[in-house]
Amino acid sequence: MADLILKDVVKSYGDVNVLRDINLDIETGELIVFVGPSGCGKSTLLRMIAGLEKITAGTLSIDGQVMNDVPPAQRGIAMVFQTYALYPHMTVRENMAFALRIAGQSKEEIEQAVNAAAEKLQLTDYLDRLPKALSGGQRQRVAIGRAIVRDPKVYLFDEPLSNLDAALRVATRIEIAQLKEQMPDSTMIYVTHDQVEAMTLASRIVVLANKGIAQVGSPLELYEKPNSEFVAQFIGSPQMNLLEGEIVETGEQTRLNLKRGGGTILSHYPSKPEDQGASVKVGIRPEDMVVAEGEDYAFEGKVDITEALGEVTLLYFEKEALGADPVIAKLSGVHSDRRGKTQRMTAAPERVHVFKDGVSLLYR
Amino acid sequence: MSPLFQGIITILVGVFGCVGYFYAANLLLDKVIFPARGPNIGRNINRATAVRPWLFLLPAILALSVYLVYPVVGSFWRSLFNRSGEEFIGMDNYGALFADDVFRQALFNNALWALVVPAAATFFGLLVAQLTDRLKWGNIAKSLIFMPMAISFVGASLIWKFVYAGDPDIGIINAVRDGLGLDPMDPIQVPFWNNFFLMAILIWIQTGFAMVILSAALRGIPEETVEAAIIDGANPFQLFFKIKVPQIMGTIVVVWTTITILVLKVFDIVYTMTGGNFGTQILPSYMMTLMFRDDGRATAVAVVIMVVVLPVMIWNIRQAQKEMR
Repeated sequence: MADLILKDVVKSYGDVNVLRDINLDIETGELIVFVGPSGCGKSTLLRMIAGLEKITAGTLSIDGQVMNDVPPAQRGIAMVFQTYALYPHMTVRENMAFALRIAGQSKEEIEQAVNAAAEKLQLTDYLDRLPKALSGGQRQRVAIGRAIVRDPKVYLFDEPLSNLDAALRVATRIEIAQLKEQMPDSTMIYVTHDQVEAMTLASRIVVLANKGIAQVGSPLELYEKPNSEFVAQFIGSPQMNLLEGEIVETGEQTRLNLKRGGGTILSHYPSKPEDQGASVKVGIRPEDMVVAEGEDYAFEGKVDITEALGEVTLLYFEKEALGADPVIAKLSGVHSDRRGKTQRMTAAPERVHVFKDGVSLLYR
Repeated sequence: MSPLFQGIITILVGVFGCVGYFYAANLLLDKVIFPARGPNIGRNINRATAVRPWLFLLPAILALSVYLVYPVVGSFWRSLFNRSGEEFIGMDNYGALFADDVFRQALFNNALWALVVPAAATFFGLLVAQLTDRLKWGNIAKSLIFMPMAISFVGASLIWKFVYAGDPDIGIINAVRDGLGLDPMDPIQVPFWNNFFLMAILIWIQTGFAMVILSAALRGIPEETVEAAIIDGANPFQLFFKIKVPQIMGTIVVVWTTITILVLKVFDIVYTMTGGNFGTQILPSYMMTLMFRDDGRATAVAVVIMVVVLPVMIWNIRQAQKEMR
């Protein structure tokens, strides 16, 4: 049974439509991550699930119960905000106890729940401090603790790590992953614009773009089989190279001619006979590019810049036109000497993606 | 010379005098006393920097000493002398004050004012600030409520004299009584309660002040804390009293104490409305009745007022400083 279901959900502000046709089934125990470029409505969607924004049309149900008009507190959700949103005038203990006190639980119950959460988050020593006496990471842990004590069915995280510095972000990310492991039955929905967070935490990622859902899938599914040019370029860093090409051989596998440099390459993507001669985009991730050893090559270009990062070297090929994305190859090891040289590159067939009119051949 | 011309000259002399003072004093310090050249250049620059704040503060310190510190000391000294100011009588003026029924009444009434007016003005200000926050016409409502702030206390008293007027054709209270078939009365002469009728005037004036400051403070509360409380299940009352009010407590205290200090100084309203009769006397207006008749006694009242205001003032400044941090 799916735990949280969004059906044909729409959000508009007046005449301005920000989200449409959102259909999503989230199962109990999943950690779903919403990613997307800024302004794609991912936070709005989360706030609609929380009940802080009204759902314009469609239904939201949790555990089979329609929640559209249920007040936030009764939806069985808890939310962790980017800015922590701790009550500054209350101690850590009071912050965590607030929801339970409002709900009228007994002192013993509250005490027990708060202590258990504090222990889980290593906050026991800080229970009587005010939020201002805590560091950013500790504050975020209190915010998470405030969610845990309520024992919600669904946890909502709105960019919880964005206000932390880089090192702390990694540490807290791991803490959240461990927390999820300790609570296998709770569902979590996590909004971020950071794809590393998305890839490492998610059981499934929802990529939002252009007012709707672009693709839903496990992190590796999105990485290996993106359904569109958008998802292909959104997941992965540096982003996937998209090269102009033409289908020259169809069938179980597809052979392609590349416009630039005139090379050919084989892709494991199947194609139909009528695709013969079609103009397509050939997608190759920088990390899948390899130096062509023999006669066969896919792409040829002059290396403009090299960035040696130690374990890998990024090769930036000369741009085709001003303002175009450069073709990038990520080679392991140090390859600074390739700068200024003309280089032939290719990739393994199973690593070559083909998009026709922006859509992957796999998802037609 | 016409007064207008005199005024303009005064303004020009004042403004350019100030600018001239700061410019010339600064120049003197940098070029003549501690010039930034020669063998002691480093020492000179440090010394100039150390002296500069005092140079700039000097006019303010002087003005405050002459117009504030000296009068306080002078008043206290004067209050130890008799009516004519010739005979030293020690604390006799204070003794006489505390033996005086009117003074004790004024002290009691003043305490009442200091409790009721700040509480009511702050409460109503907070209420209005919260209720108008989300309204489309909230700003118009706020402007209207703020307007009495622009009226002088005497002007406000005159307006309220009409409200309290005995003639049902003028006074709204008696108009209502008349409508109910009751005989007209004079609210100002109802013992004890007339104090509250006078306080209403100051509350009417000060609510706008409280509202403006508290409205800004309410807007400064992070929206997320409110949203978090909504998710935690707080109802609107809990949201207001447990989340919003505690977060602006510092501002509430500053508003409260600021109005308290004002209340302890206001004499115009009582002076205009009742002249301190019918049991409405308060300290400042009592001081006014004594002034020019017995300056020794009047300054003694002034000192009492100062002693009463001082602790509130100190607290107020402390709170305000805490807010600014």
